[in-house]
Amino acid sequence: MDTRTPLTAAELEDWLDEELDAVLSIRRTAHTQALALSALARGQQEFARHWISVIAKTNPELAFHFATHVSEAMKRMAQEDAEAWIIEAMDVYDKMGLYPAIAVLADIGTFARASQEKSRAVTLEAVAPMLGLFLQGLSGRRLKIEAHERTFTDTTTVFLPAKIAQLPTAADNARLYKITAAHLWAQAWFGTFQGDRPRRLAEHCQRFPNPDEALLLFHALETARLDACLARALPGLHRELLALRTERTETPAFQAQVARLEAPGASVDETYEALDALFGQSPPEPRRYQGSLDAEAVAAAMEERLERERTALQTALKDLLPEPPPPPETEGDAPKRRFAVHRESDREPVLLWDGQPLAAPPEVRALLRSIGQDLGDIPDEYLVPAGDGPPGAEAQRRPEDVWKGTYHEEGAYLYNEWDHRRRHYRKDWCVLREVDVHPVAEPFVAEVLRKYSGLSARLRKTFEALRGENAVQRRQKHGDDIDFDAFVEAFADWRRGRELSEQVFLRNRRLARNIAVMFMVDMSGSTKGWINDAERESLVLLCEALEILGDRYAIYGFSGITRKRCEMYRVKRFHEPYDDTVRARITGIKPQDYTRMGVAIRHLCRLLNDVEARTKLLITLSDGKPDDYDGYRGEYGIEDTRQALLEAKQGGIHAFCITIDHDAHDYLPHMYGAANYVLVDDVRKLPLKISDIYRHLTS
Amino acid sequence: MKARIAPSEGLLVKEEPYYEPHGGEIALFEGAYQNRIPVLLKGPTGCGKTRFMEHMAWRLKRPLITVSCHDDLTASDLVGRYLIKGGETVWIDGPLAHAVRAGGICYLDEVVEARKDTTVVIHPLADDRRVLPVEKTGEVLTAPPEFLLAISYNPGYQSVLKDLKQSTRQRFVALEFDYPSPDLEQRIVEHESGVGGEVAAKLVKFAQMTRNLKGSGLEEGASTRLLVHAGKLMTHGIDPRAACRGAIAQALTDDPEMLGAIQELSASLF
Repeated sequence: MDTRTPLTAAELEDWLDEELDAVLSIRRTAHTQALALSALARGQQEFARHWISVIAKTNPELAFHFATHVSEAMKRMAQEDAEAWIIEAMDVYDKMGLYPAIAVLADIGTFARASQEKSRAVTLEAVAPMLGLFLQGLSGRRLKIEAHERTFTDTTTVFLPAKIAQLPTAADNARLYKITAAHLWAQAWFGTFQGDRPRRLAEHCQRFPNPDEALLLFHALETARLDACLARALPGLHRELLALRTERTETPAFQAQVARLEAPGASVDETYEALDALFGQSPPEPRRYQGSLDAEAVAAAMEERLERERTALQTALKDLLPEPPPPPETEGDAPKRRFAVHRESDREPVLLWDGQPLAAPPEVRALLRSIGQDLGDIPDEYLVPAGDGPPGAEAQRRPEDVWKGTYHEEGAYLYNEWDHRRRHYRKDWCVLREVDVHPVAEPFVAEVLRKYSGLSARLRKTFEALRGENAVQRRQKHGDDIDFDAFVEAFADWRRGRELSEQVFLRNRRLARNIAVMFMVDMSGSTKGWINDAERESLVLLCEALEILGDRYAIYGFSGITRKRCEMYRVKRFHEPYDDTVRARITGIKPQDYTRMGVAIRHLCRLLNDVEARTKLLITLSDGKPDDYDGYRGEYGIEDTRQALLEAKQGGIHAFCITIDHDAHDYLPHMYGAANYVLVDDVRKLPLKISDIYRHLTS
Repeated sequence: MKARIAPSEGLLVKEEPYYEPHGGEIALFEGAYQNRIPVLLKGPTGCGKTRFMEHMAWRLKRPLITVSCHDDLTASDLVGRYLIKGGETVWIDGPLAHAVRAGGICYLDEVVEARKDTTVVIHPLADDRRVLPVEKTGEVLTAPPEFLLAISYNPGYQSVLKDLKQSTRQRFVALEFDYPSPDLEQRIVEHESGVGGEVAAKLVKFAQMTRNLKGSGLEEGASTRLLVHAGKLMTHGIDPRAACRGAIAQALTDDPEMLGAIQELSASLF
């Protein structure tokens, strides 16, 4: 705060007369300007005076107009915003001349509004991570959040505006984001589109002479129903929601219908009835958090999801079958044994086999919940376990089966592959070669280190602390504490007349870590772009961290196309130092073809097994499911990978997967085990997270 | 030189510890006890493993000796050591030897945290030999029929260095613990913290919300223990949101985004 006394109007007028002499006359004085300026604080006056003289040097006429408006501007804007306003005017003057510049100066209002908006606007980018977790907490199924010009949900993704600035403060706008997201979540959770209803909504509205209006009315009614649902389930949220409502006029008929919809147990059926009763009335003003309804998008998303979940459920149920299904010929007379699901409202669905509850693994429970959320119930056809697969499709399309093996190729490794349908290995099925990554001499590594310099310093510190686990050495001549066991023994010896031992101390010592870790990096075509960059950045930071730790490590990329051309790309072998060649190879990692994971795991385990270490780790960086050109996908790929991982485990290798695939929860627990993978939801965070994950894993 | 045995009456559980069974775990435990098979309790933190042990010790009327394992816990910390008293060396039993002599229940909490050599001393106790060799005194303690060894561990830890070896785990009858069902958990929270049914139900719902976030930035969801903490704070008159923030959100994570989300979730419920 400037404590100097403000200049008086007279003083200011004298100063202005001098400064703006060229544009003043007897009829045009600076009297009013001086009067206005005299009302400002001294600091503001000095700011104004500084700019008046600066502008007067460019154009005295512009400075005169500036002096006219500056008092007003100082009242309405912070100093830095006022500065932006001045610079803008000067810019316009330079480019377009005096009169447009004067217009800019006169238009304080627009500028003030824009600067206010800047301070209260909230961007989706800022709130999306929190909102995503918030929605995931509300219901188990993950809802993605994306920016879109329309606000709606297709029940897989919640689309929100990129920026909200309509309310007076930033906190209010952030709240509006939250309430809008929660309201869209409520559409999916409280059954606006349950069952066949996405189609039903469109069809129902078509019956009216004006379908668009019917849709709006439906939405207004459904919003009232969902608000009531939210009030019951999340009272705290509902209080905030009420604070966001504005007064609006509603007809008594509308209010009567709303009262009905607010009753507990009211479903979307009641909303349709209310729509029928009310049609013809114009809908009330929409709530600002209600967004819009897009039945088409919901129908498409739901169909795709149900199809996927049905297959997944049926596959999972097959594994849950307590005994192998009876051979088909006895099926007719054998009593029908089947899966069923018992659902009570609001409760976790219970899977039954023959009427007995069955302990379902978490992924099956998640599937049942998700299907139940979409359909309201779980139809019987979803509960038919997958058969051993029709002999058609994949199996027939495999002419290379004729060879029953591989070409004998020199210098290549041959690996078995697990065929889950035969429950047998295909012998020497995959041909794998090791190739070097072509080194690229670009300053990528240096750039990454610069970009993450803060992070890399922090990592250095945490990893240094981890360098050796603390251990206590006993019976030392010097140390931090007394070794009681040794001392007692020494004391007893001494009493018996023997020599008193000196070795009676405990010493804290850091135990050398004995870890060998293999990084298996997905180099499939799908990693193109962001993912590849994130992988390479992660590798750089990891290498830096691992160099501090002294853990032995190797990095291999994997990709390939068909079983005849599986390729491992050597980035760093165990014995190689982390030097410029390795850095250049990391720079040179490029997306290649497909993801045949099983053979890659088998090969890297073979390499790991040649290393002497107490703890051996195989860490996979991946962006999706196993997938290759010749039918290596779906269940076949997953089962082979799982088998390869089981082999690894038998060999004493711990396998761990770091993935960025949002569907990872569906298949990774099956492949790696529930505790052996981590999903990094935003690929850009991978470099930030990976070292933490590694630290966590090995301490 | 004579062995000193600390009196074990003090370790008897006198009053019935509150415990709500969620399945057949009591019968299974009793079966294992009668058949002298050691017991392994698996489950996430704060779901009632230790309380269950107290309850079973009370039921079986045996002294309970709990050892919370840490990474510097050595074999002699468990078995015992010589100390000097008035110019003489005196052998003091460690908790494990004490439990064997007294025919009590020895419960090694979070056993994977202990150093690897400690698991070796429990091996001969955990199979049908049921003996504890005390290397320093040259004794071999044979466990009486009343003795029981129980260990616990949390399979959710993602550290490869803290895994229970097959040779250890295959000696035990395993009881799996998980968070109780919502009704049960609500009853537990009500009973333990003194909050009303409605608040307890909200707390349980909140816990489920945080459990939905497991694997997406949270290592574990809120345990029943945290709910009880929050409940107790609320009975003490603290605003529900503040109680949830202090007792649950801050206890679960330091990540600002995650904290924000968890706080929004609790604010939505209360």
